[in-house]
Amino acid sequence: MHELPQVLVSGIALGALYGLIAIGYTMVYGIVQLINFAHGEIVMIGAFGALTIHLWLPDTIPLAATLPLMLLGGVIASVTVAGAAERFAYRPLRNAPRLAPLITTIGLSIALQQIVWAFYPDAKKSRSFPQFGDAFQLAGNLRLQRDDLFVLIAAPLCMLALGIFVAKSRTGRAMQATAQDPDTARLMGINTDRIIVLAFAIGGAFAAVAAVAQGLRAGQINFEMGFVLGLKAFTAAVLGGIGNIYGAMLGGVLLGIGEIASVTYIQHIPGMHQLGGGGWKDVWAFAMLIAVLLVRPQGLLGERVADRA
Amino acid sequence: MRHRPFLLLTTTLTTCALALSACGSRDPQKAGDAAGDAAGKTVVAIGVDAPLTGSVSAIGQGIKNSVDLAVRTANKYGEVKGITFKTVALDDQAVPGTGQQNAAKLAADKTVLGVVGPYNSGVAQSMQGIFAKSHLTQVSPANTNPALSLGDAWAKGDKKRPFPTYFRTATTDLVQGRFAAQYYYNESKKRRVFVVDDKQTYGMGLAAIFAQEFKHLGGQVVGTDHLTVKETDFSGIANKVKSSGADSVYFGGQYPEGGLLSDQVKKTGAHIPLMGGDGMYDPAFITASGESNDGDLVTSVGYPVEELHSARTFIKNYKKTGYKDPYASHGGYSYDAAWAIIQAIKKTVQDNDGKLPENPRPKIVEAMSDVYFGGVTGKVSFDEYGDTTNKQMTVYQVAGKIWKPIKSTTFEG
Repeated sequence: MHELPQVLVSGIALGALYGLIAIGYTMVYGIVQLINFAHGEIVMIGAFGALTIHLWLPDTIPLAATLPLMLLGGVIASVTVAGAAERFAYRPLRNAPRLAPLITTIGLSIALQQIVWAFYPDAKKSRSFPQFGDAFQLAGNLRLQRDDLFVLIAAPLCMLALGIFVAKSRTGRAMQATAQDPDTARLMGINTDRIIVLAFAIGGAFAAVAAVAQGLRAGQINFEMGFVLGLKAFTAAVLGGIGNIYGAMLGGVLLGIGEIASVTYIQHIPGMHQLGGGGWKDVWAFAMLIAVLLVRPQGLLGERVADRA
Repeated sequence: MRHRPFLLLTTTLTTCALALSACGSRDPQKAGDAAGDAAGKTVVAIGVDAPLTGSVSAIGQGIKNSVDLAVRTANKYGEVKGITFKTVALDDQAVPGTGQQNAAKLAADKTVLGVVGPYNSGVAQSMQGIFAKSHLTQVSPANTNPALSLGDAWAKGDKKRPFPTYFRTATTDLVQGRFAAQYYYNESKKRRVFVVDDKQTYGMGLAAIFAQEFKHLGGQVVGTDHLTVKETDFSGIANKVKSSGADSVYFGGQYPEGGLLSDQVKKTGAHIPLMGGDGMYDPAFITASGESNDGDLVTSVGYPVEELHSARTFIKNYKKTGYKDPYASHGGYSYDAAWAIIQAIKKTVQDNDGKLPENPRPKIVEAMSDVYFGGVTGKVSFDEYGDTTNKQMTVYQVAGKIWKPIKSTTFEG
């Protein structure tokens, strides 16, 4: 059990990353009931946006100073692509049968990957991403990676900002109204098109923060990075209750801790040796998802949505 | 309504799978006999199957270009009289299913008389049967899994060649894994190793052979784990390596995951080297593994191409031809693989009064067993299992952002 603090720290950092991405799934789903499977690629685009800024700036500037600019670059790239995807790929299909936009998201996901592969210089292999390097040695054996610190600070800040925005601002209330009943919201004078683009944009901005966090953690990015991340974050969103922004973060953190803990502990359970370890962590993550959905089909913090058609 | 998205998800995934499996069989296949060109020469093709896109494409492009170079050289010097060679290169994306479709495509193309590739042992498994059925020679420049040439029961000492059409210029993991274990134990004086693999045919086989030999030598395997290809977060495994008190890590797998694993192990504060096989021997490992990878090791088949006298012309011509990607870790073996096919075709043509026989493929397979020449990587010939007789191995170490060869030797058991 002496590894527990380390498992928690690593798990929360990984989970916060999932949670940031899950926000994108959850907000879009909450408002237009669409699972945007291209969201993982929005993360990937954000990472390449941030990398572009890093490559433009001279190497002599310390990373801590360039990080805000890299974030900005990532956010611009992600938000632009997410907004454009909504405007040109999803909006024309908004009144089509639900299957059509869903398949469009998958098509877009493949298209975005291939575009980066083909047009971003040298993106055919992994590109290295700057890193902070060394870790902080905390009490005893516990270590905190500098790269993890970024996501551990950024995720709660982003959540807080989003929470206040949705609860307090006029636009935030308009978002809630659109989520509840888009038709009535429109009749009340809310520009629902604008609200929907905003949901995609916020998801994109969070994706860019997650992308920078992922780049820092892994030290490299590539055009395929969005797929697995997107799938995990989607799982986190469902786990926490899709449509609920706090649920996304909760689901992400639980998933992250669950993954790391399953790698560390399951093989010590008598008779489970074969089922532990890194190769099985996805199995346990999904087992956790199924277990939660059996008890709470709406996810941990999800509301019952039966009244919605 | 609540269940609708999940229904949609399943439907979509099925659609995706169908769409993907339909790809690659769409192109009309050019059947028909070897086409003659204007000068009355027969055009025959050498197929290439390698991962030309995706995370290991750096190696795949090197394979394709090196085969192309062999073909150009053969054409330039008229290596086989009356025959012009060309290449048909297909991308397997390191996916066995795609490799299988490519194999079917190459087998159906009557102008293809030999295939170089694939890179991954797992992909090779899915291709072997198809080539054997159509008597098409396959020479892999990179597969190292022993089962491909020795059969599934090789570990029990029951060696049986499963497919007579399969050859390779890369030596097997039986050599590579044991060589790595001996180096770790005898030269690096490592005693407590943590073994990780990537659950792929190549990685698992290599890690198992390594672990067996390391224990046999008297070392201790203090932990084992598996990671998933294309994942990027291995911090759970890294934490375990650290708490196991291992003095070294061995990884059976490819450089994208190997680099990340090395980096993440070092970030836990465990300053121990990571060693892997030829799948990790690529410049991209060094960029993938962050800052502190000095001291990480790989074994790779053969001697470093740059130091071989026989490779000088290859390197010079490769540069002169102006390929966009480097020849990478398997370029020399790919050139030799293509050249072996060309030599087999040459013998077949000579045995048939200077022209290609009616049904040349089985005769080329036969001729392969007699192939012998001094290639880029040294003497090239094949034993009764289709394996290379060249058992040269080299250990490379990361020093100052590049791979430095530190020991080259011929493995003797």
